[in-house]
Amino acid sequence: MALIHLAILLPLIAAIAIGVIYRYYKRLHLGWFVLPVPLIIVIYLLTLVPRVSSNQLIYESLAIMPRIGMNFDVYIDGLGLLFAILISGIGALVVLYSIGYLSHREDLGSFYVYLLMFMSAMLGVVLNDNVLMLYLFWELTSISSFLLIAFWFMKERSLYGAQKSMLITMGGGFLMLGGFILLYIMTGTFSIREMLNQVAAIQESPLAPLAVVLILFGAFTKSAQFPFYIWLPDAMEAPTPVSAYLHSATMVKAGIYLVARLTPLFAFSELWVWIILLGGLITMAWASFNAIRKDDLKAVLAFSTVSQLGLIMSLLGLGALSVVTGANEEYFSIAVVAAVFHLINHATFKGALFMVTGIVDHEAGTRSLKKLGGLLTVMPVSFTLTLITALSMAGLPPFNGFLSKELFLEAMIHVGDANFSALADVAFIFPLLAIVGSIFTFIYSILLIYGVFFGKRTYDTPKEPHEAPALMLISPAILTVLVLVFGFFPNVLSGTIIDSAAMSIMASDTPLETHLYMWHGFANPALWATVFIVITGTLLFYFRDKWMFIYDYHKDRFTLNYLYDQGLIYSRFGSRKITDSYMSGFIRSYLVYIFLFFIVMGILTLLNTGIRISFDDMAPVGIHEMAVVLIILVSIAVILGTKSRMVSIIMLGAIGFSMSLFFVFFRAADLALTQLAIETVTTALFLVCFYHLPKNSRHQERMRFKLTNFLVSLGVALIVIIIGLTAYSNRLFDRISEFHIENVYELAAGGNMVNVILVDFRGFDTLFETLVFGIAGIGIYSLMKLRLNRKDGNNEEHAEESRI
Amino acid sequence: MKNTLKKAGYNKVQKQMNDVFLQFTAKLVFFIVIMFSFNLFFAGHYTPGGGFVGGLLAAAALILLLIAYDRKTLESMVPIDFRLVITIGLVFAAGIPTLSFLFGTPFFTHQHTYVEIPVFGEVALHSAVLFDIGVFLTVAATALLIIVLVGEADE
Repeated sequence: MALIHLAILLPLIAAIAIGVIYRYYKRLHLGWFVLPVPLIIVIYLLTLVPRVSSNQLIYESLAIMPRIGMNFDVYIDGLGLLFAILISGIGALVVLYSIGYLSHREDLGSFYVYLLMFMSAMLGVVLNDNVLMLYLFWELTSISSFLLIAFWFMKERSLYGAQKSMLITMGGGFLMLGGFILLYIMTGTFSIREMLNQVAAIQESPLAPLAVVLILFGAFTKSAQFPFYIWLPDAMEAPTPVSAYLHSATMVKAGIYLVARLTPLFAFSELWVWIILLGGLITMAWASFNAIRKDDLKAVLAFSTVSQLGLIMSLLGLGALSVVTGANEEYFSIAVVAAVFHLINHATFKGALFMVTGIVDHEAGTRSLKKLGGLLTVMPVSFTLTLITALSMAGLPPFNGFLSKELFLEAMIHVGDANFSALADVAFIFPLLAIVGSIFTFIYSILLIYGVFFGKRTYDTPKEPHEAPALMLISPAILTVLVLVFGFFPNVLSGTIIDSAAMSIMASDTPLETHLYMWHGFANPALWATVFIVITGTLLFYFRDKWMFIYDYHKDRFTLNYLYDQGLIYSRFGSRKITDSYMSGFIRSYLVYIFLFFIVMGILTLLNTGIRISFDDMAPVGIHEMAVVLIILVSIAVILGTKSRMVSIIMLGAIGFSMSLFFVFFRAADLALTQLAIETVTTALFLVCFYHLPKNSRHQERMRFKLTNFLVSLGVALIVIIIGLTAYSNRLFDRISEFHIENVYELAAGGNMVNVILVDFRGFDTLFETLVFGIAGIGIYSLMKLRLNRKDGNNEEHAEESRI
Repeated sequence: MKNTLKKAGYNKVQKQMNDVFLQFTAKLVFFIVIMFSFNLFFAGHYTPGGGFVGGLLAAAALILLLIAYDRKTLESMVPIDFRLVITIGLVFAAGIPTLSFLFGTPFFTHQHTYVEIPVFGEVALHSAVLFDIGVFLTVAATALLIIVLVGEADE
């Protein structure tokens, strides 16, 4: 366990302490206790920067389940380190901001525990070399995101958004796991680094396209790409610090991280390139087009985030494109550098914009653009911050957004130089989409500044707006300063982190020596593209009332949201129908299903393998065994004949105790003890359940009913007997007990083999059985409690809900 | 229990069921059973027994009290929230295997050592016991939770 493992798990460990502190100490805002955690991590990570930028990569292994290849292998290169610094750095700022944003009245304990959980999960995603662990942390980010979106769970929209994000991202994640398993089948390892050594094996495999599609499902759902972006706008129901952190700066970039990380692996595949390149560009243009008509400030920002993610994604696609087509090496590196640089820039300006939006919401009480306006004189500091960051987002000089945007445009304009095999005629579509997307990006950036701070004061806000306290302004101010610093001195970044990150995306060892600067001369086409974007954008913005009507043609019925909602309703409806068709509510039917299935499977297996029974190796049957069998037979006869339930229960107990006697005869003391204990407890349980059983007697049932029961029980009995005898007669392999007998003392230091198997050799089984046991207990508890409540009648609503 | 008996046809059940013999014996037997369950639990690593059986027997001992008295008396005798015990048990069962990372070994690798204690002599210490405590608590608490709950529902 190295220091870096501890750094990843530190938030999780801190979360336990935070939960305890929240319970017993409420005088100080909980955020102050949380703040040191990301700060420590970011300082630690920053100390690693010199090592990584001089190309000394860090690799620390921690064996978890070495047998199946699931190890916590931390691997830090430029890409992972960049993401980790973003996660912990923005995390620290967001925690600071949340201290001002969330008041004491909120459930701060849950909030910070979820936030810390997310931090650990996200660090785990970006610093892991093992795809199984990566998947584990990946889903943990989805879970914490779900919990944070549903933080105000009294609001229906929050629950809707939380469910939506959970369904979409977890569905995608699950498909991604399939992709990882395919990768394992192709390469025989779960380690990304070892997979990189076997690119040739992947290239040849026919499974590669399937793996590409499955993994991209994971990346696209997580990074809210078209057509899966619909969950992100609804996730804005979360508190604003969460939106700034998870849903713009870090979690939604996990998909980008995955694509970047696997680029060296899949860059040979045309499928990979085209999906990313086209998907990214369509997402960018479509989302920025949609952002303009939104009224809610956070919705505008959500669509803008989707659009910017599409931009980064398309740049990564462009990077991979030149590998496929063997195009100019220079544009390849430009695209990758632009992607990395824009990733950083987006985190700075979008984080700041979200925080300022939160300030406006907090101080004015609304986020509706219709109700806001003319706040320039009231909130001058917020205005300055918005102005700088929004212009950076629009891609204007002298801010950092301009630098990366220009690289993006340059790369997109030169895309035609690459050798498109079949698509040479439609290559113009890439610069076109890029420029259209940029124009709309420009318009909504201006709209953000203009709609909130200029125009007439509406005096329509629920609260009287005023400037936010300094505590809330610090974090966006720091990010805005970074926007300026990275704008004027981009080479602070390029030498240290961008180069090494870009190198790890390209899997090359040669230093890039990137030098970023603002002025490339008049001959640079990207400059003229920017000028064109600004002029067109300004014109469109000025005459926006004239053309906004086109949005009316986009009917609700044709949106993806409508599709999602309908799909949800119908899947619920359909599953209910299917369930109703076989869940009759009679335990007897369920038992018939289970046992019929058992019989069918048993017969099929026996037909496959054939029955071979030999009585050679059997022990003689003694008198004591005969006696016990007689007891069992008599008990069964009594059960069949009696009318009293009490008698049948006692007789069932008699059978159970006789069985434990058998275990004693066969010298299985552990089994006998367990059987005795279980028999005692279940008999007590039967007695208690007695009261709930219906009055009608078993002897009133019809003949057909009884006949089915008879046939099913006869079938089960025969199958069990045959299986038992065949298993005993055929020895296909050595007995595993030899291993246990030899190793029970040496490896596990135990004397009782059965127990050592339970707690050590097969401890995993026991662990999950214990979990199942606990879950069953709690499940029965809640079922019983729900039923008891329903009797009162005042819980009608919940009963209704649970039925749906 | 009362209602069960009534339903089974024993109509002469009194309002307060007080069977002095049963109650006295139950008190006595309870301690024997619970001590036996602890014995089974601790002896498990070398002789028959273990967390599962121990847990079931501990539950059985408490169920004996439940049968002899009633739910309210049991609650005042053993004021434990079984849901909490289940949680603690699960924390033990899931947490102990994780702690093996502190020793730099893979998940679920147990540690053991021998300690010389003056009166008892050489005593084996094994982290499997801690894991088994989790099993013990979960099994005992779940069985009790279900039985107490189902029994409660008929009042």
